[in-house]
Amino acid sequence: MSRILLNIDGLTKAYPGVVANDNVSFDIGHGEVHALLGENGAGKSTLVKMIYGLVKPDRGQMRMDGDVFTPSDPRQARASGVAMVFQHFSLFDALSVAENIALGMENPPSQRDLAKQIKEVSENYGLPLDPRKTVGGLSAGERQRVEIIRCLLQNPKLLIMDEPTSVLTPQEVNILFETLRKLKSEGTSILYISHKLDEIRTICDTATILRHGKKVDTCVPREKSARELAEMMVGASFASPSRSDRTLGDVLLRVKNLSLAAADSFSTSLRDVSFDVRAGEILGIGGVAGNGQDELLSALSGEARTQHDMVQLSGKPIGQQGPNDRRLLGVLSAPEERLGHAAAPNMSLVENAMMTAASRQGLVSNGFLAWSKAKGFADRVISEFDVRTPSANNAARSLSGGNLQKFVIGREVLQDPKVLVVNQPTWGVDAAAAASIRQALLDLAAGGAAIIVISQDLDELIEISDNFAALNEGRLSDIRPMQGLTVDQIGLMMGGAHDAEVAHA
Amino acid sequence: MIRLEKRKEPSVFWIYATPVLAVVLTMLVGGLLFATIGKDPFLAIKTIFWDPIFGEFAFYYRPEVFKKAAPLVLIAIGLSYGFKAGIWNIGAEGQYIIGAICGAGVALAFYPSEARWAIFPLMIVAGFLGGVIWAMIPALLRVYFKTNEILVSLMLVYVAEVLIKAFSIGLMRNPDGHGFPGSRNLNQYPAAANMELFAGTGMHWGVMAALFSVVATYVILAKHQFGFFVRLTGESPRAAGFAGVNANRLIMLCFVISGGLAGMAGLFEVAGPAGQILGSFPAYYGFTAIIVAFLGRLHPVGILLAGLLMALTYVGGNAAEAAMNIPSATIQIFQGMLLFSLLSVDVLTNYRPRFVARQGA
Repeated sequence: MSRILLNIDGLTKAYPGVVANDNVSFDIGHGEVHALLGENGAGKSTLVKMIYGLVKPDRGQMRMDGDVFTPSDPRQARASGVAMVFQHFSLFDALSVAENIALGMENPPSQRDLAKQIKEVSENYGLPLDPRKTVGGLSAGERQRVEIIRCLLQNPKLLIMDEPTSVLTPQEVNILFETLRKLKSEGTSILYISHKLDEIRTICDTATILRHGKKVDTCVPREKSARELAEMMVGASFASPSRSDRTLGDVLLRVKNLSLAAADSFSTSLRDVSFDVRAGEILGIGGVAGNGQDELLSALSGEARTQHDMVQLSGKPIGQQGPNDRRLLGVLSAPEERLGHAAAPNMSLVENAMMTAASRQGLVSNGFLAWSKAKGFADRVISEFDVRTPSANNAARSLSGGNLQKFVIGREVLQDPKVLVVNQPTWGVDAAAAASIRQALLDLAAGGAAIIVISQDLDELIEISDNFAALNEGRLSDIRPMQGLTVDQIGLMMGGAHDAEVAHA
Repeated sequence: MIRLEKRKEPSVFWIYATPVLAVVLTMLVGGLLFATIGKDPFLAIKTIFWDPIFGEFAFYYRPEVFKKAAPLVLIAIGLSYGFKAGIWNIGAEGQYIIGAICGAGVALAFYPSEARWAIFPLMIVAGFLGGVIWAMIPALLRVYFKTNEILVSLMLVYVAEVLIKAFSIGLMRNPDGHGFPGSRNLNQYPAAANMELFAGTGMHWGVMAALFSVVATYVILAKHQFGFFVRLTGESPRAAGFAGVNANRLIMLCFVISGGLAGMAGLFEVAGPAGQILGSFPAYYGFTAIIVAFLGRLHPVGILLAGLLMALTYVGGNAAEAAMNIPSATIQIFQGMLLFSLLSVDVLTNYRPRFVARQGA
């Protein structure tokens, strides 16, 4: 397309036991939006870290505008015009927007000048943001704007964005894309990391696809279908989940006026949440992270107790029962956080199988644990859900995110639940594994289980749920049939109140 | 430059090797310490670690090692449950003292009855309960008011120390003791004495209780749901909650076990080696047991070995004090160094050191 801004030539980086990047080469042009596409563990992060000066390549070199570019730390990378918006924000809640931005600067101007600059940039690029606001009160979308403006104040030549839309509502995504288009028109190049294929097809000019650390292809994403891109990423074709027609049975789980006060200042109160889930139904619950998803799961799993009749199974109140009593009744769950909530990081998969399967699988008698049976159950989860691990005796933390997720979901699915509650079932999981997890959920529903899928991945909810509702600040929207809902409607349900104003209108 | 790389899984080799390495390091640094105060380091180390077991007077020292190891192991085993679960009872010394007071109280109340079959078991129960009651104070405050159990349990040690002094000159003072402080000597009261099971071996009932607690704890941690819940809570409290562990009940239980075993240790001590309630009864076993628990990797067999080793430093230390005129503070420094070096080499379990050439900025 245009002149080359960054030329990457044969970059290689190996860590003990794994080659993260193997001879990767591609170019990013001036004013190009370049997608970096790949599954978890394909080497996207390592590559980006090398460009941003966080990691030194073993071999290969980069050229910026023709000059050799070897950043030894992020400061040098920034000086050369590279800026990066990380997936996880590094902001201080107690400070204002301007103070947060000043913290990242080498020579911060006075607060007043800085506030003026922030206002200018935010108006220029259609990113509404008040520099005096305290970061603690901002939504995820607004926090991301802080990070983006922090980058834009450096007038970068290349802006790297790591999974920028994972925390945004569809409306916020539109705002972001307008900004990116504007940047592009001014000649700023953007390296866009994502595994959301539709977004990449919308916004990116070129896509470089990585698989197992190697570059597989560079293509123009608009000319490929999402499915073709996914298969390039995975390197094989895989079956999309298919749903058979199911007839919905009786109401299995009823949640009635569920309210739950926030446990601490970092959590959200649930307010008057009500819904029914029938046998054979998948209820999708969307919403931006931090709007009560964790709290809803813990109220359903039994980790948080509520008034007894706020949660009912087949008409019987269970709101006061703990997790194991509910498991015995058939209410199972899989929380979002794999390490440290759904699984204990340093414990083996056998021990992790014992964690939730002890009561329902009869792995305890008189308080004594039947480890050989637990091993058998863990092995079954591993084989039926294709969990890649040397053995069931390996620690949970040694598994990749996707494999551990398959284990965590499989552990519940194989226990034949009546009601299954999952939060972010395919978060950070590669496309093929995500498809198999979704298929397992569909099969379970077809077998007559009631399933609640809490997820921030709208495509996932559209693909598998029968009915849809959204959580916003602890309140649940109306429940609507998934079929016939447009993305715009979904977006409004997810939180129209959360500044969805489109600044470019 | 040394860089630390996180291991994918904790190294099994180093889990077992670090305590040994810590002991070796302590001997090296301890040797240097002895050298700086003008003592022959090799002779000092030999006097402390070798002579009590294999030396000329081993017949005297060996039983002493067992007697000193028993309370250390018993307390450390109790503490290991809480420490594994992230519940920090630092006040075992206080529970140990209160256990001794309660156990001795039972004995003194029955004096001079000769019904050993009733008195001695009752004393054990009283010792256990005394420790439990003292441990319930920090436990309940933690559960109901979210106070910090480290501070509360630690502060209660000083309360217990004052109490035992008060009892020794007040309520429990020996009426036939010509006004001297201290209770009757339980060793001279056959119905209450914690006697050696085999004369001259040092094997009193406390040693038996310690050995039993080691075996029972091994089984509980490996095979029982309670042990699993304890490990799970230490590993990840949130995952434990998800698995159905009632966190408050677990806190209470861990305090019951650690307080109860510490109380029992106090009872066996006051009815055996110490003999009487006296202001000088506290021997800091409750604190040293913390070192023993960690040196033993919170593993029951490890604690048994660590307890024996620590007892050896006490007995050998005393011997060195007498024979070589080494100040007694040196022995305490020695014991502290043991924990210190263990904690510092511990990093090898989860991290792999790599030696890399320094890179130019």
